[in-house]
Amino acid sequence: MAQLGEARPSRALALLDNAKQFGRSSLLGACAAVFLVFILAIATLAPWIAPEDPLKANYGALLETPSLEFPMGTDGLGRDTLSRVIAGTRLSLIVSITAVVISKVIGFSWGITSGYLGGRFDLLSQRLLDVLISFPSVILALLLLVALGAGVNTVIIAIAATGIAGTTRIIRSVSLLVRESEYVLAAKMIGASPLRIMVRHVAPQCVAPLLVVASASLGGAIFTEAALSYLGLGVPPPDPSWGNMLGGILVASFKPPWWLVVFPGSAITLTILAFNLFGDALRDHLDPRLRGRLE
Amino acid sequence: MQTYILRRLALAVPTVIGVTILIFVAMRLLPGDPLEQIFGENTGIYVLSEAELEAARKSLGLDKPLVIQYLTWMGDVLRGDMGSSFWTDQPISATILRRGPLTMQIGIAAVLISWIVGLPIGILAAAWRNSPLDYVARFFITLFMAIPSFWLGMTFILVTVIFFSWKPPITVVNIWDDPYRNFQIMIGPSIALGVGLGAFIARMARTQFLEVFREDYVRTARAKGLDERVVMWRHVVRNALLPVITLSGLQFAFLLGGSVAVERAFSVPGLGTALVGGIEERDWMIIQNLVLLYAVVFVFINLIVDLAYGVIDPRIRYQ
Repeated sequence: MAQLGEARPSRALALLDNAKQFGRSSLLGACAAVFLVFILAIATLAPWIAPEDPLKANYGALLETPSLEFPMGTDGLGRDTLSRVIAGTRLSLIVSITAVVISKVIGFSWGITSGYLGGRFDLLSQRLLDVLISFPSVILALLLLVALGAGVNTVIIAIAATGIAGTTRIIRSVSLLVRESEYVLAAKMIGASPLRIMVRHVAPQCVAPLLVVASASLGGAIFTEAALSYLGLGVPPPDPSWGNMLGGILVASFKPPWWLVVFPGSAITLTILAFNLFGDALRDHLDPRLRGRLE
Repeated sequence: MQTYILRRLALAVPTVIGVTILIFVAMRLLPGDPLEQIFGENTGIYVLSEAELEAARKSLGLDKPLVIQYLTWMGDVLRGDMGSSFWTDQPISATILRRGPLTMQIGIAAVLISWIVGLPIGILAAAWRNSPLDYVARFFITLFMAIPSFWLGMTFILVTVIFFSWKPPITVVNIWDDPYRNFQIMIGPSIALGVGLGAFIARMARTQFLEVFREDYVRTARAKGLDERVVMWRHVVRNALLPVITLSGLQFAFLLGGSVAVERAFSVPGLGTALVGGIEERDWMIIQNLVLLYAVVFVFINLIVDLAYGVIDPRIRYQ
């Protein structure tokens, strides 16, 4: 017990050291990380920092251009765009992050098992992944949304499904390499069960690639969510997500409200940008050898 | 080479079969059957009586077991009959033939644009590494990799409408009927998609050229006094472009998916618009067959990329 007590603070310190090193080696990545923390703070505090109720219509102020009262203008129902962008941050991030976590957990365990066990299970998995990978991700998500019906939960499932195949492939390739290593052989010789070897020896080696893949796919998840919601098939209105705020604006307007296009779209772009920069820096930091494999 | 082609083809067949099964199962996951979704009492848009539902089911073969339904669908598709729309009764194959060319044109133009924009930028950035030019190039590459294509399209429309009061025509105009109007329709979506792809191409080209410049065989070629142009074309370009070509092939997944939203942004009456319309109207024959088309096209393109890669790089086909 005493040992555990000692191990904890040193582990936290090591993490802090690691973070410092990350910041020093990549200034851009560090800036992206700071920006992401800022976005996450907005998402967490959304209900308290939004100046207006994002769902409250105000028929006295329809399609107002940005002003001091409405810094990002109002939409066709008089709803405050700033408040909706803030509320959208929460929803868009919840959807994308949950979807990525689900797809990575499945891809991680599937990839390790498939790579380590090999044989018939691996062969069958490969063919199944071939099928999943044969759909452009937006199309696969659309198909699943049709099957499961619209709603926040189904959007999460649909986006998660698009990320499983790629993750499984990458983790499997790492798992295949680790399987041949001497310490796995040693573990087998002392009679460790396959499950134990996978959990104790293979999985830790796959964590770094997993983190890299996860950070790289967050940007993609934000894009897919935005595209689906923009098409009116993702997060159902009136709840605002960045994507559905963009839907239907330019269809029939004589004088297009530019602020309704510019602000939610910039939010999407900046967030994807930050996730990409952070992902690149994390990849260089954790394992530069992955560079070729992920591009 | 022949065995390589055969092996790749043999692998594609089970994949396509799996794709059809996945689509079929997904379409049948709906509670009840598609007809109930459209005409049922609680969920439906229009309400039909039980007897009418029964008759409609029978005419569409929905009363048969699932396996039979699946096989019938496959048989129909193989014979080129994709059924017809629920609402308009228009054959889906006709819709594909009418709208497909536009979507395909946009896809091809987008890839061309991505090469025209991406390659020079990537190569120049690699040649003048760490110069201001490189930094500017990398800034724009990173930025355009993050901008969603459909939003880029929306900003185009915004700019053209506000500053030029111009909107592209919203009809199907084929290139062989009226090339100029066809160009007006497809240029916006093509650029919106192509610029984003171009950013990826530029990044890939930059890293590839940087790597190949460092290779031993390039140094050897220079050391034995080869003309710089020969070094460039025969040794550097050829080796550096391989991964860029592969990337271009892989981008089709992004292109096919992304074009759905971009078509919507520009109100282009392409296949993506038809698919989204089908989903909105719960026209399940349209959904089922268009999703199948997208997936098959994607598998096919991947196959071609793989085969092309085998032709260009002999190492691949002997694996």
